Amino acid sequence: MKNNNLHANALIIGMLALIMSCGQAGKNGSNGALSGSIAEKVYIAPGERDEQYAFLSGGYSGNLTVYGLPSGRLFKEIPVFSQFPTSGYGYSEETKPMLNTSFGFIPWDDLHHPDISQTNGELDGRWIFANGNNTPRIARVSLSTFETEEIIEVPNSAGNHSSSFITENTEYVVAGTRFSVPVPQKDIPIKEYKSNFKGALTFISVEPEHGHMDIKFQLLMPGFNYDLSHPGRGKSHGWFFFSTYNTEEANTLLEVNASQNDKDFIAAVNWKKIEEFVNNGGGTKMASNYAHNVYNESTHTATSTIKKEVLTVNPADVPGAIYFLPTPKSPHGCDVDPSGQYIVGAGKLSANITVHSFDKMLAAIEAKKFDGDAYGIPILNYDDVLAGSVQSGGLGPLHTEFDGRGNAYTTFFISSEVVKWKLETWEVIDRKPTYYSVGHLMIPGGNSRNPHGKYLVAMNKITKDRYLPTGPEMEHSAQIYDISGEKMELLYDFPTHGEPHYAAGCNADLLVNNSKKIYRLDENNHPYGIKSPAEARVERDGKEVHIYMSTIRSHFTPDNIEGVKVGDKVYFHITNHEQDFDVPHGFSMIGQGTSEILIMPGQTKTSLWEPKKVGVWPFYCTDFCSALHQEMQGYIRVSPAQSDIQLSWSLDE
Amino acid sequence: MKNLSTLVFVIALSFLYACGGGSKSRIEQIKAQSKVEASDPYENWEDYQGIGPVSEFKLPTSINQELALSGQEIFEAKCTACHKVDKKFIGPSPQGIMSRRNPAWVMNMILNPNEMVQKDPIAKKLIQEYNGSPMANQNLSKDEARAVLEYFRTLK
Repeated sequence: MKNNNLHANALIIGMLALIMSCGQAGKNGSNGALSGSIAEKVYIAPGERDEQYAFLSGGYSGNLTVYGLPSGRLFKEIPVFSQFPTSGYGYSEETKPMLNTSFGFIPWDDLHHPDISQTNGELDGRWIFANGNNTPRIARVSLSTFETEEIIEVPNSAGNHSSSFITENTEYVVAGTRFSVPVPQKDIPIKEYKSNFKGALTFISVEPEHGHMDIKFQLLMPGFNYDLSHPGRGKSHGWFFFSTYNTEEANTLLEVNASQNDKDFIAAVNWKKIEEFVNNGGGTKMASNYAHNVYNESTHTATSTIKKEVLTVNPADVPGAIYFLPTPKSPHGCDVDPSGQYIVGAGKLSANITVHSFDKMLAAIEAKKFDGDAYGIPILNYDDVLAGSVQSGGLGPLHTEFDGRGNAYTTFFISSEVVKWKLETWEVIDRKPTYYSVGHLMIPGGNSRNPHGKYLVAMNKITKDRYLPTGPEMEHSAQIYDISGEKMELLYDFPTHGEPHYAAGCNADLLVNNSKKIYRLDENNHPYGIKSPAEARVERDGKEVHIYMSTIRSHFTPDNIEGVKVGDKVYFHITNHEQDFDVPHGFSMIGQGTSEILIMPGQTKTSLWEPKKVGVWPFYCTDFCSALHQEMQGYIRVSPAQSDIQLSWSLDE
Repeated sequence: MKNLSTLVFVIALSFLYACGGGSKSRIEQIKAQSKVEASDPYENWEDYQGIGPVSEFKLPTSINQELALSGQEIFEAKCTACHKVDKKFIGPSPQGIMSRRNPAWVMNMILNPNEMVQKDPIAKKLIQEYNGSPMANQNLSKDEARAVLEYFRTLK
């Protein structure tokens, strides 16, 4: 090794060359994701935290997932419309009522469009709303507990898709029907669709302090398909815009028959005008049947109420409140820019994006320049309301978000790309491929007056070769782009859960300090909760046995129970007496026909067990709670139904 | 390097011995500097104030019965799952604790148990003695911990 120096020099030169060539590759974009600077942009060092939260819809998982940006790390899955064994949501006695509907207990839904509550058009971080598409429902999730607090069923709706978007002071969460149906439902031939079927657009008021939802009114629109919607904001606050397709009113082979008209409509609804109408006694009460489920954080218990009436509004009764804006090629996305001036309709069978002007719309209405009507609703002239059209060069535009700097970003499903374009000049500035076939996209705050235009998340429908293969079914892929510069830069690629349809995001500091750490034991008002292990007991009421149990690291009180019989219904009411952050205990019983439950500090949850076999049966804690977690167990003696063994319970006796 | 540190240690030791009959505080100083833990922290409990929001303080001679009563309520609601007055349970009984721990140590153990069991010599020994069973942080306020301490003073 005489030539040590030579070797070292050669090595340095070689490395320099490598670095330089890498840098160049990054610049050319051919190898972008591998260059050092891009890696640094998404790298969150161990122990460091992300800048932003992203709440991704879980689609057919029925749930909502919480990710960090820019790392793409998954933090949590929040159960909303689906039973969730991980926490016992929808399995525990307290949460079963959350999934009650007029059809009975429905263990699942298809969660689509999360939207964060707003004040003055900006995200306020109190709640996030989401729609169940299949059995129409709207849910409200607390952003302090990250738990589902309320679910309201939407009657007269089917395929609850143009939902759940909120007005700029969270006055309403709006739910529109994708499938029109007979209203009220009745037994008629399907062929009688035309004029018999209605599309209900439902305005659900949100009580400002606690967020409680109540259906204010339902607008019974012509039997089109109401696909997506967004609120007006700023100058257009008070209006809501809904895209429609199937203005042909086809009831079969929609693939062909709903694609006949060159233009469908965006429906512009002046909800303030309709609100005034109903506040003055307008509208018709219709007998109905829908569930309203509310979770009470103090009792840790949900209750379900079936409501019997809904207020409906016939558009003909409120002249001047609804107009149709012709929009080409079966528009899907219907997005409003941060100023409230531009309404973007993405004709999904088109190459171009149509942008309507709010000012022009008002002027045309003022001048009464109508091009006929549909079921009495005035149709405006396309040319009178058009602000511009983006000649995109792509195919299949779906959804648009905004960066707050005068730019818009539209996804193109068929050409699989995100296209950046400029509002007002309508010129295309940049385009980047997605992997593959992008549906929704999300810029945190993108659906508000004040988008945080740093990252863009594209949520794809097809994954193919992006990750190691996992059999025929793959999780859907998502990509994160840096949009802070003139050109978009692909940063990172991560798998999502279920099928994300839309997402909502916000800066981390909006939520971090309000995120709850424990439930206070002294504020626990659960009727079966116990404040001290001294209150632990077992009571019999006929065939029902109620076990009042407490947990702390690492034992159950009581942990030996006798006197339970085959055929009993045994309710374990378990209060977690921990008062420290992130110390849940779990509970599971052998042969139990339900999931485990996970009980947060200070919380009470109830698990039902119907013992079928005589013997001595163990239960245990499912969450590794301490070094003595494996010792956290107990036994229940189950005697024959006719046995006269009395109830007894103990710990360490 | 190794020789040097041995030398320092020997000098320190000789200093320690030399001062053996002298003032206690001097020994304390050297002990702290040399970071040699006392052979039995239970024996030398008076040296430990614990780690946490409470620093060394003197209790008044009389017991505030009202405060003790509110402390008893808190103890029964939040602590009895693991601590029983009449026997050793998951954790030790608080009976007679004032004759084996400083008041500040007791409060720090209540208020800051996670750090205590990692760093405080007595707490480290306790968690071993109690089979690794952790002292739960029950999120008491400083005032609540003070009340519990007053209750403990009544348990002689």
